[in-house]
Amino acid sequence: MSPAAPGSTGKPASPARRRFLLDAARTGGGVALFSVGLGLYTQQAASLPALALRPPGALDEPAFLGACVRCGLCVRDCPWDTLKLATLGEEVATGTPYFTAREVPCEMCEDIPCVKACPTGALDPALTDIDDARMGLAVLIDEENCLNFQGLRCDVCYRVCPSIDKAITLELQHNPRSGKHALFIPTVHSDACTGCGKCEKACVLEQAAIRVLPARLARGELGAHYRWGWKEKQKAGGSLVPPDQEHRYNLPRGERYDYEGKGLIMDETDQAVPFARNPLDTLNRGLEEQR
Amino acid sequence: MIRDRHPGAEAVAQKGWLRAHAWLLARRTSQLSILALFLLGPWFGVWIVKGNLNASLTLDVLPLTDPYVLLQSLAAGHLPEMTAIAGALIVAAFYLLAGGRAYCAWVCPVNMVTDGAHWLRERLGISGASRLSAATRYWILAATLILAALTSTLAWEFINPVSMLHRGLIFGMGLAWLLVLSVFLLDLLVSRRAWCAHLCPVGAFYSLLGTRSMLRVRAERREHCDDCMDCFLVCPEPRVIRPALKGAAKGIGPVITSANCTNCGRCIDVCAKNVFRFGSRFGNRPDTPGQSTQHSPGVEVLR
Repeated sequence: MSPAAPGSTGKPASPARRRFLLDAARTGGGVALFSVGLGLYTQQAASLPALALRPPGALDEPAFLGACVRCGLCVRDCPWDTLKLATLGEEVATGTPYFTAREVPCEMCEDIPCVKACPTGALDPALTDIDDARMGLAVLIDEENCLNFQGLRCDVCYRVCPSIDKAITLELQHNPRSGKHALFIPTVHSDACTGCGKCEKACVLEQAAIRVLPARLARGELGAHYRWGWKEKQKAGGSLVPPDQEHRYNLPRGERYDYEGKGLIMDETDQAVPFARNPLDTLNRGLEEQR
Repeated sequence: MIRDRHPGAEAVAQKGWLRAHAWLLARRTSQLSILALFLLGPWFGVWIVKGNLNASLTLDVLPLTDPYVLLQSLAAGHLPEMTAIAGALIVAAFYLLAGGRAYCAWVCPVNMVTDGAHWLRERLGISGASRLSAATRYWILAATLILAALTSTLAWEFINPVSMLHRGLIFGMGLAWLLVLSVFLLDLLVSRRAWCAHLCPVGAFYSLLGTRSMLRVRAERREHCDDCMDCFLVCPEPRVIRPALKGAAKGIGPVITSANCTNCGRCIDVCAKNVFRFGSRFGNRPDTPGQSTQHSPGVEVLR
């Protein structure tokens, strides 16, 4: 510091220096205010609405927003005009590509031109098989209105699925309403569903009963400590709780229960039991005369 | 108040309207042609250039990336693919030669908006000193990069009117016109050349990029300056001219070396004495042959 420097001597600062510091402080303050505003806005605007889906191969949303340069080359190379760039005022981060399944779903091109077009890797070039894409996960969201849940054979979501019988299967259930028919329940399997959205697009209802949601909304997650007992048993090749205890039921004399799968066993040898061998006979006792 | 004499009137009288607007016309042609190249695809199905100024692909082979956008992406923690990096290097190399802020004057679509605002401001005689510091843009530039790092997103691209106007014209505007209108009104009403010369971090980035650029405006015949002040009036960055034009006595060479010069060439247009021309940054000696600095009336006045 020069000897004329203020502070130590108590002399007033030179006007030029004072002006410089004031200007710098004002500019810095203004820019800081601007930064806080922009930073907060960014956090708000970065939340992707549930029905906006990213193109195949898109990085996780936070990483995507740091990688996508909003150039629109993926949009240009999408042969189906599925993708569009968000404009200011939409809920999706401005300039980033997305699609809405109910409007135009992804047609799952085998050569994945959108990923090839991406210059930055925001759409991961490691995605080479479109079946590995995970744009979202279809969820049969409204069982009350789904026609198949009422016992009708709509099946449209199942029929249009590009991964039919893998991503969506029809699972048979008893139809308790009619008592004699089956329900063909469309069931989505996350290990095969790419989230292309063709099922949502095709759903015949006014509002789709099946919708593609981002995985973060569509999926639950098991506690990290949780284990499925039967899977662990299979993995270990035997019971993990040594040794298997014999089940002890309070069964009538002459009956046993096999804990390894045979079920209820009637001891043929013991004739002294007061009950019939077939439990139904016991239950129906006294009805024979009425037949 | 309407200005009675607009800068460049003398040049028009001496050189003719066309020569007195040559660089302005060339610049508008450049800006509109580049925009047209991008619009040929979506409007007429002629795909010469795809994408927008942030990143594009020309004739399916030449990738171009805005190095500032890429820098934000790096700050956000993403290492881009080679395509984007190569594109950014090509663009950076070009502006290292052509003058960083040539982007602002010859490419950026917002330039037409702010030039329009400036024109109207002059016509309407709107004045009033604003105390906006010209260095604000560098603060904002730093802030955008810090924000990118803090939020892991391209924070600035959420509101960048430059990329938004260009993208809007090509892909659909949405409400981006509100931002563009804000920039227009800012330049018209709040402060002279507020956006491009004071606030825009994109321009600030290109200023830094072109600090050592080759192509420069030179006040080659500065001894002929008659202090009409027209060049100062038309210059979007008036501070850049003075050292080169009036620095002969202080031993400053005739090259406009400031990184803030946009290489727009408007000073060349409006100078009736043909003081300025485009040239290289080399040979920036104060004693240009044939110069009679000591007797230059301009320099005498300045003292």
